[in-house]
This record gives sequence, C-alpha cells and structure tokens, in this order.
Amino acid sequence: MTCCAPAIEASAESILAPETNDDILLGASLDLGEGHYQLELALPDIHCAACINTIEKALAQLPMVNTARVNFSTKRVRVDYVPAKGHPSEITSAIHARGYRAFLLDPESDNQTDTTLRDLVRALAVAGFAAANIMLFSVSIWSGAEPVTRDLFHWISALIAVPAVAYAGRPFFTSAWRALRHGALNMDVPISLAVLLALALSLFETYNHGQHAYFDASVTLLFFLLIGRTLDHMMREKARSAVRNLARLAPPHANRRHEDGRHEKIALKEILPGMLLDIAPGDRLPVDAEIVSGNSDVDRSLVNGEPVPEHAGPGSALLAGTTNLSGPLLVRATQPAADSFLARMIGLMEAAEGSKAGYKNIADRAAAIYAPTVHILALGTLLFWGLTTGNWHMAILYAIAVLIITCPCALALAVPIVHIVASGRLFEQNVMMRDGAALERLAQVNRIAFDKTGTLTAGKPRLNGQFFGASTFLARAASLAAISRHPFSTAIHAAAPSSQPVQNAREIPGAGIEATDDKGTWRLGNAGFCNAASLDAPDHTSTVWLSLDGVPKAGFAFTDPIRPEAATTIAALHQLGLQTTLLSGDRADPVAHAAKAIGITDAHPNLTPEQKLKALQAFSDQGEKTVMVGDGINDAPALRAAYTSMAPSSAADIGRNAADFVYTNDNLGAVLFTITIARRAAAMVRQNFGLAILYNCIAIPLAVTGHVTPLVAAIAMSSSSIIVTLNALRLRWGDTPEKAKSPKAANTRISVPA
Amino acid sequence: MSSVLFLIPIALFLGALGLGAFLWSLKSGQYDDMEGAGLRILDDDEPEKAPAKADTKI
Repeated sequence: MTCCAPAIEASAESILAPETNDDILLGASLDLGEGHYQLELALPDIHCAACINTIEKALAQLPMVNTARVNFSTKRVRVDYVPAKGHPSEITSAIHARGYRAFLLDPESDNQTDTTLRDLVRALAVAGFAAANIMLFSVSIWSGAEPVTRDLFHWISALIAVPAVAYAGRPFFTSAWRALRHGALNMDVPISLAVLLALALSLFETYNHGQHAYFDASVTLLFFLLIGRTLDHMMREKARSAVRNLARLAPPHANRRHEDGRHEKIALKEILPGMLLDIAPGDRLPVDAEIVSGNSDVDRSLVNGEPVPEHAGPGSALLAGTTNLSGPLLVRATQPAADSFLARMIGLMEAAEGSKAGYKNIADRAAAIYAPTVHILALGTLLFWGLTTGNWHMAILYAIAVLIITCPCALALAVPIVHIVASGRLFEQNVMMRDGAALERLAQVNRIAFDKTGTLTAGKPRLNGQFFGASTFLARAASLAAISRHPFSTAIHAAAPSSQPVQNAREIPGAGIEATDDKGTWRLGNAGFCNAASLDAPDHTSTVWLSLDGVPKAGFAFTDPIRPEAATTIAALHQLGLQTTLLSGDRADPVAHAAKAIGITDAHPNLTPEQKLKALQAFSDQGEKTVMVGDGINDAPALRAAYTSMAPSSAADIGRNAADFVYTNDNLGAVLFTITIARRAAAMVRQNFGLAILYNCIAIPLAVTGHVTPLVAAIAMSSSSIIVTLNALRLRWGDTPEKAKSPKAANTRISVPA
Repeated sequence: MSSVLFLIPIALFLGALGLGAFLWSLKSGQYDDMEGAGLRILDDDEPEKAPAKADTKI
C-alpha cells in the first residue's frame, strides 16, 4: 500500500479497477505532435513528498514515458508519452501498482484552464507596480515639492496610472457594465465610478496645474480590491478543483455484447432498450436493466438507501447506479440512458428550483443600499457647494473626494475576506466549500435533514455478533470470507483478520463461498445455500451462515452500524438550536432504530426521491431554512432543493455535484464544524460591515466639508482595508473540532489559501 | 533637479523590469504548483531514469 493512509477514505466499492482501455486513454490524451501525447490523470490519494516521488519514478521507468510531473496543488499528474513505444494502460497500471488511484478527468468539464485567475494575477501585478511607483511620487509631492516639480511628478503619475487603470480595472469595469445593463447595482458600480472619476479629475487638475491629484488613490484602491478578488477566486477554484478531482465519472462507456457474441464498447447515449450489456463485478449499472444471465449480489445503497446487498439473478430488474458486487452479469437494457433512473434524478434536480433560487448574497444586498446612498451624497455635496459658493470647480473636487473616501474598499473587502479565511479553515478540516453564498445560507439554517444510509450510518454492513453455533467457527468463517469482496465477507474477515485464506475456495455469486478441506465441504453464505432456512434468526437483521457438509454450524448477524460520532453530533446540533429530521429511502424498521439511537424524533422511512424533495419543499413553505446532508443518487434532487446542502466525498457523483459543501474526512463532526464556522463567519461579516459603516460615518463628514486631501484619502483608505482584513483573520482561531481518532487525522494538510 | 531627470526613468525602468520578470514567471508556469514545490525539496535528487532494479512495493 501507500506510504501512509490515503487522505480520502476509499470505501470498498470506490476502488475501481484502473482504466485499462488503451483507446480511451489515448482518446483522452492531447496530441502534442511528433508522436508525443499528453495525458492528465487525477490522483486523489497523494498527500506527501514521498507520493510525488513514488509516482514520478514509477512512470519515468516506463520506456514509453518521456516526462511525468505531479502537480500537488491540483492533485494531478501530467504524463508526456509516446504511444508507439507501449500501451497507455501501462501508465494507469503503474500508478495502481503503487497503491494509488488514478482517474481520467472528464475532458468536457476540464479542458477549460483557469484563465480568469491568470488575468487577475496579471492585473494585480500591474496595479501593484503602478501603485508603488505613483505612491513614491505622491510622497515627494506631499513633502512639499515646487510647483514645477509637482506638475512634472503629476504628469509622470498620470503616465503610469492611465494605462495601469485601463488594464487592471477591467475585471471591475466589465462586471459593473454588466450590472448596469441589466439595471442592477452591484459593488463594482461605485468602485468603477470612483476610480474613473478620480482619474479623470486628476488628469484635469494636472492639466490645469492644480495642487491635488488622486492618481495614487485610484490605483491603490484597485490594488487592494484586486488582492481581495484574487484570493476569493483562488479559494473557489481550489474547492472546485478538489471536488472535480473527487468526481468519478459515471461509467463513460458500456460493454455491449452482440447477439453473435462480439464485444464492443459503446458510449452511454448509444444504449438502446433491448441491448445486451456485460457488467463486471465492481461496475455500476449505466442504465436501468434486467438480468439475462448470471447471479450476483447488488448494492442498492446509493439508489434507495438500502444498505444490505441483495441477491439478484436472472429476471431481476436493476436501476441505474446499482453496483454489481460479486459475479459477472449479462443484462438487457430496459430503458435508454436518457430515461434511466439516473437521468430521471438529474431531471428532478433541474426541476427542483430550490429555495436558494433568488438568494441575493449579502454583499450585493449591501451594494444595493450603499451605492445609491454614496452617489446621492456626492451629488448633494456638488450641488451644495456649487450653489452656495458658485465655485463649481471646488464643488466637483469635494464631490469626487466623497466618492473616493467612502471608498467601497472596506465594504467590498468585508465579505470576501471573511469567506476566504472561513474557506481556509474548512479546507484544513477537509471540508470543501463551493462558494461564499453557501456559507451565508448555512449560517441562517434552522433545520437539518439527514439521509440515513452512508450519512448517519457507515453504509457498509458490519458483523453484529454470532447468534448461533460455537464461537470458534468465526475464524473458519473469516478464512473462507478472505477471498471475497462481498461486503458481508469483508465484514466477517475484518472481525477476525488474522485468519489465513483457505486454499481452493471458490465464490458462487449470489450464494456464497465453498471450500473443501479434510473435514468436509464448508459453505459460507445465505440460509438457502447452507440449509439453514428452517432455523430461527434474529428479526430485521441480515444473516450469513456457515455449514459443514450441509449442516449449519454457525450464524452471523449484520447491521449497518451507526457512526460513532452521530449521536454526539446530533446532540450538539440540537444545542445550536437546529431542528433535526431523518429522510431515508430505507425500510421503516432500521430507520426507526437509527433515529432512536441518535436522538432524532422526526424520521421518515420509505421515501422515494420525489418524496424527499416534497418534504424539503414543505419545510421551505413553512418558512424554514433546511440544510440537507446526504450521499445517495436518490438524495441528489433533495440536495439541490434544500436551502443549502452537504455531502460526504463517498457520495455518488451526482449528489456530490449538487451539494454546496463536500466533506472528505468521513466524519459527521465536519457538519457541526461547518455550521459553527458559517455562523461565526456571518457574525464577522456583520462586524466588518459595522466597521466599514463606522469608518464612513467619520470619513463622509470630512469629505463633504472638503477636508480630504489626497494624503488623508490614502491613509484613510488603507487603514480601513487593513482593519477589516485583520478582523476577518480572527476566524482562524478557536473552534477546532477534536481530532478524529483515526490515522486520517495525521494527514490533515494545512492549506491556507494564499 | 537634473539628476532627477534621468534617475526617474531609471527607477521606472527597473520597476517595469521587475514587473516584466514576474509576468514572465507567471506565464512560464512557476506558480502552477506552489505546494508541490515546497514538498519536492524534501526529495533527494536522483539521476534521471533510475536503473531498473527489483521493484520494491512501497
């Protein structure tokens, strides 16, 4: 295995066989010309220097590989190789052989490189360069330059400022223009106006040998705001790419078997009803289908929240998204991909407008109040001085000073800075946040709805004890179970890990495992397979039997265990004043049992995805704001419809993409921590607004009465930005959840966005 | 005063040179993997393609 435990707990079914189809790998590669191709793979498990080294060395040893470079920030590897010298599948196999998972990235969502960030950083660099140089000239002017020198310096400042503003201001100007065109006001409108007016006024003043010019103010303002905007973008991109890397694609192709026995790989959308498809163990069904031949156990936990694998044989109907566990199956598609269960869920998701539609984030709401206020104040200043003194030149000067000094700086930084710090805190605790608005929404929720299977429970069966036979048989059962990947087998083997695998054992899909030794023929499997159907078994549990020559010797019971931290987390959530609800597709009995064990009174079993959706809509109709936590395909519409939502990283892709937050440490404590941080962040945002308003209360009278020189403006602006930033940094302290007692906590990487 | 006349262009030129250098480094991908760069210094550099030796599972 790897040098240390993988950062992302891989559930048994998520360790897929590597992509070994050469054509697919080649198709996903970029043709660099001259026979060279470039392939990019996501490596979700890398987390230390040794991982980089291992993978790069492993790939460099392949004769076909020219260069291989791991990018640790994005958790990807880029391989430049020559397909003529070997098979592309050697690359994925080499990575897998070292114990890392490698996934092909979805070429459609991923070939758009992040040009926005690059543009922002360029603009930031230009603004920084210009601000520093202009400030040097401004300082010389403020320290008392001769009029001739002052004019020269003003001209040089203008020479730097005009191109710099034209280049670095574009992100703000375009967004302001967009808002104005739609008749809206966002924060960028007053910013752009202040910058452009200050620039125009300064040029006019310089031309007329005026005493004051605000070149430094306009460029510094841009510089500060660009810092905030760049950090904001980096934080989002970081979370986005992390989520993207986690996203394992739905099976991108299916293995079609023609009537004459030929095999062919076809794309999902080409699947038509009536086609025969081969489903290997470990694969998920791409479409709704009916089994033609083969016996296996299937895991429906992501489809309907049923944690216990079920036996499926010829004639069984399976929904898309079901995982085939133990035996190869030949199935006949009953629906085209576009009408399958998965596609229906996507349709439901799109139809679920969700209560977050129409949510305006707090910064935009503040801008809607702030912008008109400032503009009216400036206009008032202009008219007041113009009409009372008749000196319109001075009136314009004062009015623009008002626009600059009420600098949206602090106000525009107040929110993003808090979100950046919060996102950094969450990232350290393995929670990825999609955007700041979700954090604002999470701070307002008053109800939390959980899915059961895989969210509150482990989602995998665990041995609950032996109810029949002598306890010595456990070791025997475990040695039989060692050869199988079936969840029950892994659970039994985990209970007695030291037992040696039996020689010559074979697995009979859909029934169990059989092995013969000197004592006779042992069987481990379901009641029918072990002649135990007539024996009593505890109610409401799944059972596995062990028999010797057809005589039952032992019986084992399984449950889907509730996560150890569930009860304490729920209690803590109640303490925060949240109502809790359980929405599950599983049967009434286990749901009631789980709800009781963790202290949720409001539990709803047997829900279809549509009913989950309805339940959430009912909450929002009552004016409640709900956060949904779930992992299944059947939760996806609900995740989309809820006011905000969280999903574990083990969730189905569709659910993960619907959620606003994704937590990867497989611990419910993350939910509590995220809500706590969200509430603190909301308080910080309010404080920062308070500080910005307080600052404006002091600054505006100064500006209106005409006391603001460029020097005062520069000092006031910088100090206000620094104060809100420092205040936001207080979020970095306190509230760390207790470390999970698993080895996973050891590799919680500290990653502060920039 | 006359010294200022050529000192200012020099200062601006040097500043622009720094800006240019930064933009070049950005373009050439030196900021693409900040975390990895910090971890790579922990590795002992070894010559290019390592001699094929028995594959030790890590």
